[in-house]
Amino acid sequence: MKAIRAILKSLLDSLRDLLPIIGVIAFFQLIVLQQPIPNFGEIATGILFVVIGLTLFVHGLNLGLFPIGESMAYAFAKKGSVFWLLMFAFALGFGTTVAEPALIAVADEAARVAASGHMIEDNKASKSSYAFGLRITVAVSVGFAILIGVLRIIKGWPLQYLIIGGYIGVVIMTVFAPKEIIGIAYDSGGVTTSTITVPLVTALGVGLASSIKGRNPMIDGFGLIAFASLTPMIFVMGYGMVV
Amino acid sequence: MHILVDLFYTILATIWDVLPIALIIFGFQLFVLRKAIPNLKKILMGFFLVLLGLGFFLEGLEAALFPLGKLMAEQLTDPAFIASFSSADGITWWSYKWVYLFAFAIGFSTTIAEPSLLAVAIKANQVSAGSIGIWGLRIAVAIGVAVGISLGVFRIVTGTPLYWYIITGYVFVVIQTLYAPRMIIALAYDSGGVTTSTVTVPLVAALGLGLSSTVPGRSPLLDGFGLIAFASLFPIMSVMVYAQISEWKALRAKKHLTEEMRNAL
Repeated sequence: MKAIRAILKSLLDSLRDLLPIIGVIAFFQLIVLQQPIPNFGEIATGILFVVIGLTLFVHGLNLGLFPIGESMAYAFAKKGSVFWLLMFAFALGFGTTVAEPALIAVADEAARVAASGHMIEDNKASKSSYAFGLRITVAVSVGFAILIGVLRIIKGWPLQYLIIGGYIGVVIMTVFAPKEIIGIAYDSGGVTTSTITVPLVTALGVGLASSIKGRNPMIDGFGLIAFASLTPMIFVMGYGMVV
Repeated sequence: MHILVDLFYTILATIWDVLPIALIIFGFQLFVLRKAIPNLKKILMGFFLVLLGLGFFLEGLEAALFPLGKLMAEQLTDPAFIASFSSADGITWWSYKWVYLFAFAIGFSTTIAEPSLLAVAIKANQVSAGSIGIWGLRIAVAIGVAVGISLGVFRIVTGTPLYWYIITGYVFVVIQTLYAPRMIIALAYDSGGVTTSTVTVPLVAALGLGLSSTVPGRSPLLDGFGLIAFASLFPIMSVMVYAQISEWKALRAKKHLTEEMRNAL
């Protein structure tokens, strides 16, 4: 009985998270565009799926992703091998990004832009090799970002100086990068961090910061995602200049 | 029945996406850390739920919200619809007023539903021992995304260069960093990256492409990008503002309390 009530409550929570979108879409469709809502049954099923999905995700988060991220952070801290921890950080960043569907979409789009701007030849082979190169570039940059971020937690460097340094890097690259690549580069910072990477990486950072003496999980534990959304901008503009 | 088949394929695709992550985690656990994973059963169950949950979530979005949202983005940016709001000077930036409102509303509402933001908010709430509210953080980020996307849409309409806005935004972030409570800085920087994932990106991308292909003089290839960049910059500012407001409120409450105590004496 208690379990059923808990499930019902979390389903209701998920429904509440979704209400704003439903409201916005209904308002614009019915009042601004003044059109009926098509396929009502399908949409209702879809919304039910989203609610179920969000509920399961949050439960899985607390059961699986958060604990494994933290327990690995503790295990690495206990083992004391900085090298392997950094290797793990790089692998996690690279591995989660290289197959990210949002990135694949952006890379293909970027290849189209490059071809229409005559930066590369407008044929299928050169476009797909451009897109593949871009994907690898972004994945390496995210791996590098998590590595630097973990190193920062170990050493206790203040985050803001590194991030501001990164911003300066972005600004300098903007001056030199081809105009066509800038929009894509700026966007690539946002699309790299997926729904599974974020909780894992957050738990890793917070776990590390709480297991290393002298670190505060709030001040030092967060910030890994920030690196992961900054470095791709710099690397993608660099890629645009080199290729 | 059709949707169940799609659901199955979506779950398969999610498994494919999670595979590299699982390989890295279990590989390092087995070969480097060489230790049994504590509560292995529970963790596998958690992974299973995350997979199943994401499968349902993505399939539901694909079946219900994305088609309608994308269709609306197209209809709202349709030249015929925009022309009905033209004034004596023809079509001005103000003729796009419903587009700005849509950008704001869709930015806000998709961010509230974003699972990765929810994950970070839960963690921040745990780590800060409750002083950062789950809803407070989510609403702060959502307002940032909403403002960012509306400004990004305004940029596409007016055709001003993207980097002006982004670089100005950076300057603001740097100045704010000097004054914001130290505890919030890392979280604020993080919130820029987490906001734009599963729910927000497809809808916002549709809006950008729709708009840049219908506004005269814009090209979807050059101007269609950049909205995500706005959506990841502005939450940094709004989260720092949120922290500053909470700090100010706490300070005022404390002052109030000491005054009351003094009066009571």
